[in-house]
Amino acid sequence: MKTLVCIGCPNGCELSVEEKANDILVSGNMCPKGKEFAINEIKNPVRSVTSTVKTVYEEVPRLSVRTNGEIPIKYVFPLMKLINTVEVDHPAKRGEVILKDVFHTGVDVIATSDMNYMLRGVK
Amino acid sequence: MDNYDVVVLGGGPAGLAAALASNECGGKTLIIEREKLLGGILKQCIHDGFGLIRFKEKLSGPEYSGRYIDMVLEKDIDVETSTFVTEIKKQGEEFLITIVNSKYGVKKIKAKAIVLANGCRERTWRQVFIQGTRPAGIYTAGTAQYFVNMMGYLPFKKCVVLGSGDIGLIMARRLTLEGCTVEGVYEAKSTPSGLSRNIAQCLDDFSIPLHLSHTVTRVFGDDRLNAVEISKVDEKMIPIPGTEKIVECDGLVLSVGLIPENEIAESLNIKIDRKTKGPFVDQNLMTGLEGVFSCGNALHVNDLVDYVSESGEIAGENAAKYAKEHKDRKLIRMNADSKFLYAVPQYIDINSLNQKVIAYFRSRDIRDKMTVKLLYDGQVIFSRKYNKLKPPEMERITFDISKLNLKDNGEINIVMEG
Ligand SMILES: Cc1cc2nc3c(=O)[nH]c(=O)nc-3n(C[C@H](O)[C@H](O)[C@H](O)COP(=O)(O)OP(=O)(O)OC[C@H]3O[C@@H](n4cnc5c(N)ncnc54)[C@H](O)[C@@H]3O)c2cc1C
Repeated sequence: MKTLVCIGCPNGCELSVEEKANDILVSGNMCPKGKEFAINEIKNPVRSVTSTVKTVYEEVPRLSVRTNGEIPIKYVFPLMKLINTVEVDHPAKRGEVILKDVFHTGVDVIATSDMNYMLRGVK
Repeated sequence: MDNYDVVVLGGGPAGLAAALASNECGGKTLIIEREKLLGGILKQCIHDGFGLIRFKEKLSGPEYSGRYIDMVLEKDIDVETSTFVTEIKKQGEEFLITIVNSKYGVKKIKAKAIVLANGCRERTWRQVFIQGTRPAGIYTAGTAQYFVNMMGYLPFKKCVVLGSGDIGLIMARRLTLEGCTVEGVYEAKSTPSGLSRNIAQCLDDFSIPLHLSHTVTRVFGDDRLNAVEISKVDEKMIPIPGTEKIVECDGLVLSVGLIPENEIAESLNIKIDRKTKGPFVDQNLMTGLEGVFSCGNALHVNDLVDYVSESGEIAGENAAKYAKEHKDRKLIRMNADSKFLYAVPQYIDINSLNQKVIAYFRSRDIRDKMTVKLLYDGQVIFSRKYNKLKPPEMERITFDISKLNLKDNGEINIVMEG
């Protein structure tokens, strides 16, 4: 048996995971997301990634970004490398796709701040 | 002179929610923010996990505050950014606020009610006892967060994190992702301060060790930090001689706690609760001074922004209502016993039309299988079972006082039973 802490929400449920023949038994979860998390952790752990990308604007040098879904943990550092090659040259909107379908995961990297507001605000 | 019903000080999530609620109740509202942009500390909290309760989505800090900024800018709410409040005076029923900014120079504003939403500040190394020189390379977690996330600077190559607060844990992961080595997180207490999920996703995922009952006792370096001395501590958090070890590093990140920002409250002689370090308030979040409300991290340090927004709404709505008309308050005490770190509100206004009380509390220790009860006059007026209570996790309860027939010589006691 394995114990895990669910990272799905701030409750942080302590999960017990037991691998039976061809089933995975999960207990300790307060919601269905806990079970999904535990099964993923055994089979293919996934995480969301948040970071920033460079911009061409001196007043707002960084734009915050995140993946709009979770990617396999093995892609986290490769994605960081990719993110750090990007330079945004226009006022990106919140939600705008910055990197599409990273590592063929179907997940995009999207902007999480509104650069128009930031540029207007700091003027 | 400009006249407002409600002036909100601070444009973070608490202030934004307060302004929206005040506007919704018909209050003429102004937000005063000293920084260039609205959004408060969430501007730099680029990680996700915000808004699960509010929006049922896992948003990052800037997305969460961005949604509120958009709503505020759409409404008829005045906003003054890069603006400093130099003085607030109560004149009869009204407040006279002096502000300074580059647009007007010095300007005076009148308000019928004020909402304090100034957030909190971080404890710095002056508030923790570390011996040695004072070299560069020592930052609070929030300052390190600002450098990395807003400016794009990596302030060190190898660092040690002191304190296991959430911002420290989040920064341990962030620095690691950007290529910095985080040697370890050291916590003087025997239990972590941050949420379990942050230990899991920020430390365990990257094999960053968490050393409980350890602290930094000395720093080394002339211009730049080059090493720290770590010691084990006893139950009283006193370093144990002979346990010292030296860790070479060029950075020390302090995540040793947050304190509500209360300069303005203090200048108005508003009474501060020793436990929360924020003002005493009633269920409408009105402080000891009639017409002044407090919310968000200025009231008590929150771990979830969703509750910050909720408290902003309560304060903003009641400030607007107060500005229209108000009766005298009749306050009774709400006391939490010593098993609690604190409970908010500390008072109930039994004359108030608001009979639905939202209360927040934190347990002093980690406890299993507890029942939290509210007692009035020997009667149990609320009871809830908890599987686990932990100090880092704030709990929220609601109860209705309309049928209780509360008397002005009574008091409510919050107790915890095993
Ligand atoms: C460094 C730091 C990092 C944090 N990171 C996280 C995190 O990762 N996750 C999380 O859930 N919570 C985090 N928190 C807690 C976070 O503060 C709350 O979730 C929430 O943002 C608090 O909202 P608030 O509006 O009360 O305060 P804030 O967001 O701090 O907003 C207060 C605003 O008031 C303004 N202000 C202050 N004084 C004055 C004045 N005199 N006049 C005018 N304006 C003034 C400030 O400039 C600021 O914009 C962090 C807190 C800090 C200090």
